[in-house]
Amino acid sequence: MTLWGWILLACAVSIATKFLGFLVPAKLLDNPRMLRVAGSLTIGLLAALTAVNTFASGQSVVLDARLAALAAAAVALWLRAPFLLVVAIGALAAGLARLLGAA
Amino acid sequence: MVLTQSPAVRVALSVAIATGLYGLSFGALSVAAGLDLLQTLALSLLLFSGGSQFAFIGVIAGGGSGISAMSAAALLGIRNGVYGMQVNVLLRPSRWRKLATAHLTIDESVATATGQTDPDEQRRGFWAAGIGVFVLWNLFTLVGALAGNAMGDPARWGLDGAAVAAFLGLLWPRIRAKEPAAIAVVCAVVTLLAVPLVPPGVPILIAAVVAAALGLAGFGPATEGLEPDVEPYHAETGHTGTKGAA
Repeated sequence: MTLWGWILLACAVSIATKFLGFLVPAKLLDNPRMLRVAGSLTIGLLAALTAVNTFASGQSVVLDARLAALAAAAVALWLRAPFLLVVAIGALAAGLARLLGAA
Repeated sequence: MVLTQSPAVRVALSVAIATGLYGLSFGALSVAAGLDLLQTLALSLLLFSGGSQFAFIGVIAGGGSGISAMSAAALLGIRNGVYGMQVNVLLRPSRWRKLATAHLTIDESVATATGQTDPDEQRRGFWAAGIGVFVLWNLFTLVGALAGNAMGDPARWGLDGAAVAAFLGLLWPRIRAKEPAAIAVVCAVVTLLAVPLVPPGVPILIAAVVAAALGLAGFGPATEGLEPDVEPYHAETGHTGTKGAA
């Protein structure tokens, strides 16, 4: 199959995956235990995404300029900065760290 | 309803701008990985899930096959199916609206919606973030793909740092209590332990299984589940909170 074929298949799989979740009857999740699972899941996924985006490089765990972004963003959040400012500070911190020689 | 007075819409726009700009990085990296302009745009329009898109071009750039690129994207996208269940409960979209709702179901729209306590605000947050991210992500994918070579390495501009900050920013309002914080730490550690052992994308799924198990075991947020127990976006909305949104 050509690259185009794989791209279109990946797109179709993505759309189908998203849609499948909507086919699960809402009633099934309408109890406190499932809501608790959903809440934990959101937290777990966001924590995992944060960790991967900060420390993962392919299949290795590395410390690089992104650590500066994480630290700077945490300080900004602790000081209750608005979301967009937090993101800008993250980018700035990573950029500066690289300018100063971080990987 | 004045949209600009809705705290959810304000958060959504911030999220959309931050994420949209990251599309620059995707566009540039995709072209650098060897995809052409149309293929790059197709991924952003149709696949529309940042993590999966980066996984796809990452495998191609590393010399991987089409089937492993597709598999990585599919694995990383499984969480969107989980989100779909949540969004379905949260928004109860009508039948004809389900496909559009499903397509806009991504990390950012779900996080924005579930960060709100009021059902109307949850709905506004979802659509504002979903549509906002979709429009800007595709626009900046195009710009990034066209300007890719001129910009050089997107990492130089700190765009990967922006992604780190954005995900931490989405997580932050949910970890004010001990139990959610413990879940976040456990899941982050599990993810990093898994990174060297399994293909990219899979560590996130392992973390999801651990998180679900912790939630099922009763060690997790209280029964309200989806919402943080404090007004999450304090700094951004001033002191009006959700009351100003009606």
